[in-house]
Amino acid sequence: MAQLFKPYANVIARTSIVIGGMLPVIVGLAAAAYSRSPYNTKVEVPLNQPIPFSHQHHAYELGIDCRYCHTSVEKSGYAGLPPTETCMSCHSQIWTNSPLLEPVRKSYEDNTPIQWNKVNTLPSFVNFNHSIHIARGINCNQCHGPVNDMQITFKGHPFMMQWCLQCHRAPEKYLYKDPDSHSLREQVFNVYWKLQEKGVSGMTPREQHLVKGEEQEEDGAKDVAEGKALVKQYGVKVQQLADCSVCHY
Amino acid sequence: MRQSRASRWLLRALKLSLGLLVLVTAAGCHTDMWIQPKTVPLEESTFYADKSSARPLVPGTVARGHLEEDTPFFTGRDDNGQLVTAIPVKFNSDKEFKEFLLRGQERFNIYCTPCHGRLGDGQGMISKRGLALRRPPANYHTDRLRNMPIGHFYDVMTKGYGVMFSYASRVEPQDRWAIAAYIRALQLSQHADSADYTAAQRASRQSTGSLGTETQ
Ligand code: HEC
Ligand code: HEC
Ligand code: HEC
Ligand code: HEC
Ligand code: HEC
Ligand code: HEC
Repeated sequence: MAQLFKPYANVIARTSIVIGGMLPVIVGLAAAAYSRSPYNTKVEVPLNQPIPFSHQHHAYELGIDCRYCHTSVEKSGYAGLPPTETCMSCHSQIWTNSPLLEPVRKSYEDNTPIQWNKVNTLPSFVNFNHSIHIARGINCNQCHGPVNDMQITFKGHPFMMQWCLQCHRAPEKYLYKDPDSHSLREQVFNVYWKLQEKGVSGMTPREQHLVKGEEQEEDGAKDVAEGKALVKQYGVKVQQLADCSVCHY
Repeated sequence: MRQSRASRWLLRALKLSLGLLVLVTAAGCHTDMWIQPKTVPLEESTFYADKSSARPLVPGTVARGHLEEDTPFFTGRDDNGQLVTAIPVKFNSDKEFKEFLLRGQERFNIYCTPCHGRLGDGQGMISKRGLALRRPPANYHTDRLRNMPIGHFYDVMTKGYGVMFSYASRVEPQDRWAIAAYIRALQLSQHADSADYTAAQRASRQSTGSLGTETQ
């Protein structure tokens, strides 16, 4: 009988053992990479909406304050989406014939809400609250990306736990005070007024990163010192901010 | 012989780990904790016919803390239906009043400037776009509006006026009064003449070209 296994079979056996052993790890890593990739998280992928609503047009070019439409953002957990009535406060007057606005008019006449597709979502087991972040002067763009540039709204960041934690573990890197604003809350919205009034070049480096939707660069020691002072002033409990119970309860 | 037993054992281990992997991965597919049956604001409901998870109030309901007994405060009219001429809010100090005005300025800039402009002259961005408007936003600096009781401004915000929509759902009563007060301040500032300034202010204006007491 001819030899069934040639000597090189040993090599095959050994390599396949190694590969076989590594396979679960490889698959695991690939799955993790996939779940974090924009392909899965849909980051920066504009979402189809019933009406091509443009933040760039309304919030930047026309200079409408976020709160005109997202009324509850500074006082409640939810930012809220504007009811049809809010659109109609202007569009009963302007662009009254635009075909793009037909669904808005229909919704207003029939008293049925416009069904926007939600861009940002968290799992139900995560609690999030807008008002506390706004009260600490954290800009919308820090979390949502360059909203002032969006023709069609997209997700600026995948809200992975790790991403929330990188700030919750070291809020001093992210907190700042704009000397031109009365309060931290107000500075959040002043960023957009400033952008309209002075353009990007008239803003501080930090604000420029915000309006362009860039990641903040490694901070200078001065900024972190300012952040530390704010953490103290506002009594931010850094030790507890990364506790599981802050977001999961 | 020894080798093949080892390889059989290995194969079994491999199958087991693959099975485990499938199990672990499948466990991650559970969505029952991700999408819990509670409703979050704005979520579509599968229960109600109109698919709205937020339910309208039953007519006649009074929410806790919303028994609006203080007629002038909530309607801008006194018990005889006349527009009130003074703000029905009490201030304990000048500082409180100043904060009230600043709040009014902030709210005005959010909700009213797109149409009425920062000065209340009706030259907001909507007017400036040069589009055909059914009615232009009002200019507050007319004799008629300067002489209107302050309750009128509250009334306009609460109920709307002509083609202007009501802002009652977005601006709370307290803030509506703050805006009304700020509109009065705007009217004064746009209708001031040199007699309204003290001699010192006039002198400082001549030397610096500004009054040095900006509202911002
Ligand atoms: C004229 C009204 C209007 C203004 C002003 C406005 N928005 Fe919006 N916003 C909307 C509407 C309508 C949607 C839902 C449609 C969409 O996602 O594009 C929305 C959606 C969003 C979303 C995504 C919500 C989701 O589905 O997860 C974010 C984030 C957002 N807005 C942020 C902002 C910020 C920041 C500003 C101020 C710079 C702002 N908006 C100003 C009307 C407005
Ligand atoms: C404060 C006033 C204001 C509000 C509120 C507002 N818009 Fe607009 N919108 C405008 C103006 C002004 C334009 C067009 C101006 C121009 O192109 O010069 C416009 C343009 C548009 C257009 C483009 C129309 C076309 O034919 O090109 C769409 C779509 C639109 N708005 C949707 C909405 C929706 C949806 C809402 C409610 C969430 C909304 N707008 C709320 C002022 C407003
Ligand atoms: C700290 C990060 C953070 C900041 C700052 C932030 N958001 Fe959000 N926003 C989120 C997250 C997370 C969600 C998703 C919430 C959910 O699904 O429960 C969200 C959701 C939204 C939505 C969808 C409706 C809702 O309430 O779920 C809107 C609109 C919105 N944000 C607007 C804003 C505006 C306007 C600002 C600035 C004034 C802002 N956000 C600032 C993280 C942030
Ligand atoms: C850029 C920084 C930053 C990011 C990003 C951020 N947070 Fe926060 N968060 C803060 C700060 C600062 C506070 C205020 C803490 C204080 O003042 O006690 C806070 C407070 C909170 C609170 C309230 C804590 C309390 O004591 O009640 C919750 C809940 C929360 N964050 C959830 C989240 C979640 C979920 C995310 C991710 C989607 C997130 N945050 C992303 C900075 C951030
Ligand atoms: C700042 C808010 C925050 C804190 C603090 C936090 N988490 Fe999370 N957690 C999140 C968010 C946001 C998600 C959702 C991630 C996603 O959608 O993929 C999450 C998801 C999870 C998940 C689901 C697994 C997954 O797919 O990511 C587990 C388990 C979890 N967290 C455990 C913990 C534990 C344990 C702690 C304490 C050590 C903790 N979390 C603290 C925000 C937080
Ligand atoms: C979408 C554009 C728009 C916005 C935003 C708006 N208004 Fe108006 N407003 C109008 C128009 C248009 C008129 C003229 C109505 C008419 O003559 O039919 C008007 C008229 C008025 C008048 C004059 C009433 C009279 O007796 O002549 C007052 C006062 C007023 N608005 C106050 C406000 C206040 C306060 C706000 C902010 C809470 C506001 N408006 C926001 C469009 C707007």
